[in-house]
Amino acid sequence: MRFAVIVFPGSNCDTDLFHAIRDELGEQVDYVDHTETNLAHYDAVLLPGGFSYGDYLRSGAIASFSNIMPAVKGFADSGKPVLGICNGFQVLLEAGLLPGAMKRNEELKFICRPVELIVENNQTIFTSEYQLKEAIQVPVAHAEGNYECNEATLESLQVNNQIVFKYKQNPNGSTADIAGITNEKGNVLGMMPHPERAVDQLLGSADGLRLFQSILKNWREQNAITS
Amino acid sequence: MVKVKVYVTLKEGVLDPQGKAIEQALSTMNIDNVNDMHVGKYMEFILEESATENDNEQIEMMCEQLLSNPVIEDYRYETEEVVTA
Amino acid sequence: MPLLLEPNTTEVKEKKLYQDMGLTDEEFQLIEQILGRTPNYTETGIFSVMWSEHCSYKKSRPLLKKFPTEGERILQGPGEGAGIVDIGDGQAAVFKIESHNHPSAIEPYQGAATGVGGIIRDVFSMGARPIALLNSLRFGELNDSRTKYLFEEVVAGIAGYGNCVGIPTVGGEIQIDDCYKGNPLVNAMCVGIIDHTDIQVGQAKGIGNTVMYIGSATGRDGIHGATFASEELTDESQEDRPAVQVGDPFMEKLLIEACLEITKSDALVGIQDMGAAGLTSSASEMASKAGTGIEMNLDLVPQREQHMTPYEMMLSESQERMLIVVKKGHEQEMKDIVAKYDLEAVEVGTVIEEKQLRLTYNGEVVADMPVDALAEDAPIYHLPSKEPKDYQINQTMSFNLPKIDNPEELLIKLLQAPTIANKEWVYDQYDYMVQTNTVVSPGSDAAILRIRDTGKALAMTTDCNSRYLHLDPKTGGKIAVAEAARNIICSGGEPLALTDCLNFGNPEKAENFWSMEQATDGMAIASKQLSTPVISGNVSLYNETNGVSVYPTPVVGMVGLVHDLNHITTQHVKQAGDHIYVIGETDLEIGGSEIQKLLTGKYEGKAPVINLEKEKDRQKQLLTAIQTGVIESAHDISEGGLAVALAEKVMTTEHGLDINLSGSQLLELFSETQSRFVVTVKAENLRAFEELVNDANWIGKVTTDGYLDVKWNGEGVIKASVQTLTDYWKGAIPCLLTSKV
Repeated sequence: MRFAVIVFPGSNCDTDLFHAIRDELGEQVDYVDHTETNLAHYDAVLLPGGFSYGDYLRSGAIASFSNIMPAVKGFADSGKPVLGICNGFQVLLEAGLLPGAMKRNEELKFICRPVELIVENNQTIFTSEYQLKEAIQVPVAHAEGNYECNEATLESLQVNNQIVFKYKQNPNGSTADIAGITNEKGNVLGMMPHPERAVDQLLGSADGLRLFQSILKNWREQNAITS
Repeated sequence: MVKVKVYVTLKEGVLDPQGKAIEQALSTMNIDNVNDMHVGKYMEFILEESATENDNEQIEMMCEQLLSNPVIEDYRYETEEVVTA
Repeated sequence: MPLLLEPNTTEVKEKKLYQDMGLTDEEFQLIEQILGRTPNYTETGIFSVMWSEHCSYKKSRPLLKKFPTEGERILQGPGEGAGIVDIGDGQAAVFKIESHNHPSAIEPYQGAATGVGGIIRDVFSMGARPIALLNSLRFGELNDSRTKYLFEEVVAGIAGYGNCVGIPTVGGEIQIDDCYKGNPLVNAMCVGIIDHTDIQVGQAKGIGNTVMYIGSATGRDGIHGATFASEELTDESQEDRPAVQVGDPFMEKLLIEACLEITKSDALVGIQDMGAAGLTSSASEMASKAGTGIEMNLDLVPQREQHMTPYEMMLSESQERMLIVVKKGHEQEMKDIVAKYDLEAVEVGTVIEEKQLRLTYNGEVVADMPVDALAEDAPIYHLPSKEPKDYQINQTMSFNLPKIDNPEELLIKLLQAPTIANKEWVYDQYDYMVQTNTVVSPGSDAAILRIRDTGKALAMTTDCNSRYLHLDPKTGGKIAVAEAARNIICSGGEPLALTDCLNFGNPEKAENFWSMEQATDGMAIASKQLSTPVISGNVSLYNETNGVSVYPTPVVGMVGLVHDLNHITTQHVKQAGDHIYVIGETDLEIGGSEIQKLLTGKYEGKAPVINLEKEKDRQKQLLTAIQTGVIESAHDISEGGLAVALAEKVMTTEHGLDINLSGSQLLELFSETQSRFVVTVKAENLRAFEELVNDANWIGKVTTDGYLDVKWNGEGVIKASVQTLTDYWKGAIPCLLTSKV
């Protein structure tokens, strides 16, 4: 399987994702610059954390207009997996690939700490290796992770089972304790916590690795059917 | 050529944590008669002569697509003619 | 329009305008002698910043000469952007610490942020990838709104910058004492990793080579920052706002990536950060070190503001700028590399044979000065020193033993003392995990980062207990080095080298200079004894407000090598049933201690004694024991003595401790005798442990009950739930910050 890690100016978790995929998952991975326009060679697209364009204006706002974004949208429309982590999630929101928006954390401070997430939906291509309602440990590191959406959107997220991860203890004030959501089709996931920082017990947790393993497993199954 | 001033604020009803924090800070200074504090962004720029007569259309497009996030933010703007010598 | 109409040469001399720039009459005469004429306004400004203490070390250089700077592993000592120490496998660690005290006192967020930005540039300009940031902060008591504001904003500034550039902030220390009230200390340290083959130096070699400018455009910010850093703060300093620079971490992130790619190119000759004194210092230092000169056309310098004068351009301290020297004909290669990162590289000058810094503007020569005179020939001062009268009084003072009747209450109060209290409120705001190498995060003795694909790790720490230096600067200087080494050892690392940030008051006061002499003496002796050479550093003087100096605060940043990931050790107890030992005997040493502050509200008497022979032996034995695998957890005993060390070992774990002691409670629990450690050992390793480590005394066992239970001759004196202790310890800082004044 071949992963693309999109690199925007100011991305800073791109290498962490790269190492998670190459060293821990053992699959192929390339950095793809924001100036590129083609993702045809890839089976999954990852938007890393960081501070694209310095988070100036709004987190993710400027990156959502990058050259690569039409290709990311096309990739998502074709049903292939797109994962946005932290700043990557913010980019997906700004690009309209996921509903809602991010505000500053309730306490107005950057928060970096390991948190417990509850897996609310394990029927997605990103979470099939988890148990339903399983508590997993994955770190957060953000200043704007306070997810906001209107009631109609929240209701449709709930009805369609698009809320994939919730915080056990809400660190940032996000609506309905939301930590990660998918689009309606279920092939685009945005999450504030960093699974790529939880792929090695040496650093405290390996719970995030199963997210990438889920993507791999589902790709393999799908590929076995289509080929 | 016009000078454009854009004000972006959180939509009404969206909790504004910065505004709340400032109100609290004011109350520690014993200023207790301030309510409804909202923090927003202010932007200004010069819009060069456009081919169409409709500057507003372009400004609104910019505001909706980039300068504000319509999911949580409102915007308003003012324009004034800039006279060049 | 220029901000000021520039005075002419005669006015500079006759109105003594050079005095406002920080030059003395004698220094100005010396400049006239060197040039063989009177310098113009621009030249005077350039000399004044290059001859400021910040750039020239003219008042501290005789003291710095005492430090050992060489060793088997040392690849680069002081004098370049940062020092370099070999860590095996063809790799090296690159690190330095630097102060940003005065800017942070005036504008804490930007002052701290730009301090972080500057130290990062020092490290990547050596060709190294920055992998970690640490800091060392000091503030007044958190009981007035200004101090709380400084504290919160400094932390936010460090977080804002470090988080954005994607370098984890992994460790540091915070001391709270009222001597820092008007003059907080903000010291930032950066550690990088480099392959030996990629090491760069800041030299302008090769006549005819091209000088290029990369990064942010030059504005009027920070003009005379280096001079500002070399003066005392007064109430008027707040008005000196132009001295404050604003940082752009996004630009820095682009610069890091662009410069690291440039340093792989054979076309690069030299690279240096435009730090203090901006374009002036980078150009003259690079030329001076290479034995060349530089001719620069200021019309070509990228400018953010209109109508900037040569004076303003040369003295600007705009952030995120680098100067590089490139082989002639390879300019386009550099431009192409940096363009990938949305940056521009601009030709601004040429390396020339004559050892002059020659600047042209609008076709005219506006400055022409010998580079060596700027970079090397600042007059060296041997300042008078005088032992303060308090010193002898403190050495001979007999300390009245306060009676202790409730040690548990004292322990709780100590855990709430802001210097000891948990700093989660602070490090929660730092991204300490990005780059995914942080094995031991903030909260243990030293931070530990793995070195990918080697099975090894680096341990790093910053330390200084300035209270001891206040009582006895020589002893305190020794302790600062020894304590840093202890923290590395406890984490399973071999101390390699150190960087220092010497924060002192006005050196022209003889008592202050005496403290500097004594402290550097102590540090030099300890770093020799403990084989940790000084490979980089920074001097920050004039840390006073309205005539009152801070305590002598020579902060030590140390890096150690963990040879095998299996050696990584933390301070926290691991499993019930393990045995607890104190290594080292305890004497009654209360001078400068946290318990003294708590009980008497002041620091007086003798600082704790330190015997470096003993220190070295114990460190060696403990490290061997850790490497042999017989130690489960290790922690040094520092502020608050054994009682606090025991609480720190068990708080945030599920365990409890059952401790048995005898003798004087004040002494055993709260004395700050040096060279001591608390360790836990599994039952099956007791024998091996006792064979490897001398001076180890058994004091108890780790339990499952979640209580810190201390018995005195069998009778209980402390029985506190660990959760309760943790709540006090974690709650103290948030509580202080949110309480109304």
